[in-house]
Amino acid sequence: MSAILEVENVTKTFGGVIANNSISLSVPKGSIIGLIGPNGSGKTTLFNSIVGHHPIDSGAVRFQGTELSRLRTPQIARLGLLRTYQQTRIFGKMNCVQNMQISLPHVDDSFATMLRKFPPEITERAESLLEFVGLYAKRQLRAEDLSFGQQKLLEFAMALMNEPITLLLDEPTAGINPTLINGLIDRLKRANAEFGITLFVIEHNMRVIMNLAQHIYCLAHGELLADGTPDEIQNDRRVIDAYLGAH
Amino acid sequence: MNGPGKMALYVALVIAAFLIPLVPVLQPYLIQFAFLWVMILFAMTWDVLGGQMGYNSFGNIVFFGVGMYATAVVQRDLYFTVEEYANVAGGDQAVLTPVEYLTGLGLGMGSGALLAVVIAAVLGSGILGLRGHYFAICTLGLGIAAGELASGWDYIGAGSGLVTPLLPDALGERGPFFYYLFLVLAVIAFAVLKRLYAGQFGLAINAIRDDEDKADALGLHATRYKTVAWCVSGFFLALTGGAFGNLVIFIDPTDVAFAGPTFGVWMVLMAILGGKGTLWGPVIGATVFHITQEIFWTYLFGWQRVALGLMIVVVVVFFPLGIVGWLRERWPQRFGEVVDEGARRVQVSLDGER
Repeated sequence: MSAILEVENVTKTFGGVIANNSISLSVPKGSIIGLIGPNGSGKTTLFNSIVGHHPIDSGAVRFQGTELSRLRTPQIARLGLLRTYQQTRIFGKMNCVQNMQISLPHVDDSFATMLRKFPPEITERAESLLEFVGLYAKRQLRAEDLSFGQQKLLEFAMALMNEPITLLLDEPTAGINPTLINGLIDRLKRANAEFGITLFVIEHNMRVIMNLAQHIYCLAHGELLADGTPDEIQNDRRVIDAYLGAH
Repeated sequence: MNGPGKMALYVALVIAAFLIPLVPVLQPYLIQFAFLWVMILFAMTWDVLGGQMGYNSFGNIVFFGVGMYATAVVQRDLYFTVEEYANVAGGDQAVLTPVEYLTGLGLGMGSGALLAVVIAAVLGSGILGLRGHYFAICTLGLGIAAGELASGWDYIGAGSGLVTPLLPDALGERGPFFYYLFLVLAVIAFAVLKRLYAGQFGLAINAIRDDEDKADALGLHATRYKTVAWCVSGFFLALTGGAFGNLVIFIDPTDVAFAGPTFGVWMVLMAILGGKGTLWGPVIGATVFHITQEIFWTYLFGWQRVALGLMIVVVVVFFPLGIVGWLRERWPQRFGEVVDEGARRVQVSLDGER
């Protein structure tokens, strides 16, 4: 499989703190790749660097061959590389259907599409995806009135609505109750298999990530510590030490 | 309420508004009603950015003043030279035929609106990148600067102001003429905004209000939407200003055209009072504001500003969401926020999505 997303020697510092130190990794097209590491190891910073939230100090990020490090977040999103947030971000005062409708791809926003009413097929797709994550019954409620877990699901559905080619998920199961987590893993796998979306997932829940990912990268102290299949990572001495604080 | 019922209500309201000038008891108050439509236009146009998009603008008065001056200048320069006009400005000899008057007014309002849109687009692409308080402060400066510029520019009368042509007798009384002019403007503005809010534009500016970073992350062309929103707002404000200059006849640069401390502040207050970010909030807020202001002025003369200030304090403390916002908080089901447990979709098709 060819790499759809390539990160090459990316370094990002905040003052004296080296959040990412020369990180290189690649995400093959159509795969599910995991990113783990203790708190503060630079996982979210790496996501922010990839989608252009902040400029990187050195290195390169390529998505389908396009260099991203000079582009801004909306431009990167329109290329089909999307991320969700650890602290869920939804449009609180709008209802679920509206949240979904406005998440449609914005690749060809002409003046006419800006001023149009939503065609029925967009609303239909929005409602189908809400059903897909189990929120159809609550579609008329304001997003801020949903529980945290439901907001996470809504954010995931919004990301799917945007028809991304690759989706970066920042802790998709944090704050979701254990029974819902199984449903979510199932939906992530289906999004990957049925919609063909490449997934790159930050996750703290080991059960989830071992179940989900085909290949896992582990960060610690801003550096790439190890990478391998879930089995290799589980038995890697360095990874265990990093999590237990021996590193 | 269902679709047809709502439509019937809208039609009934508009018909009632058109019939008001025919009611003898109300005829002496037509100018007051015209002012009411102006207030509603103020609140509705402010709410596009301030309510729906979450960008508090204190500089919208600029578009009002620009429209007013542009209209007056076109009306003047179509039929007079500046010197001629300056000589007659004091008296009432600037008499135009009805056709001349209407041509001047129409062309003037049109060019004023066009100019406002250009200004909104140019200024917007510059300062709409600012967020929150920074944008608010920047727009505050715009309004003050515009007033100062107008006060120093001789071509538009500078500090001594500009007089608009008088309404020709053949067009009837001032009351009904301006009543209908502003009513039509308000109805058109309401219809256009209602339609825009219901579509992609409305949701996009709502999304910008709720979380602009998230909107960015979804690939929304945020700056494009923001600029268009300001242009729409400026367009209707300039039309309002153009007609308003002719209603009050005398344009003072800082007290009428770029009247930040009065009109500029009122448009914010009225939208907040009624419930910002809602379709009907600004209309209701403007109506309540205008009526109470008149009552205070009549019965509490000398204390009217104090009473008005107290009313604002009460509203902000007890109804921070405004009238419509409070109703919505109280009875969310009436606004369509319902859980629809019964309606499970049978089967979702997931193939062919991409």
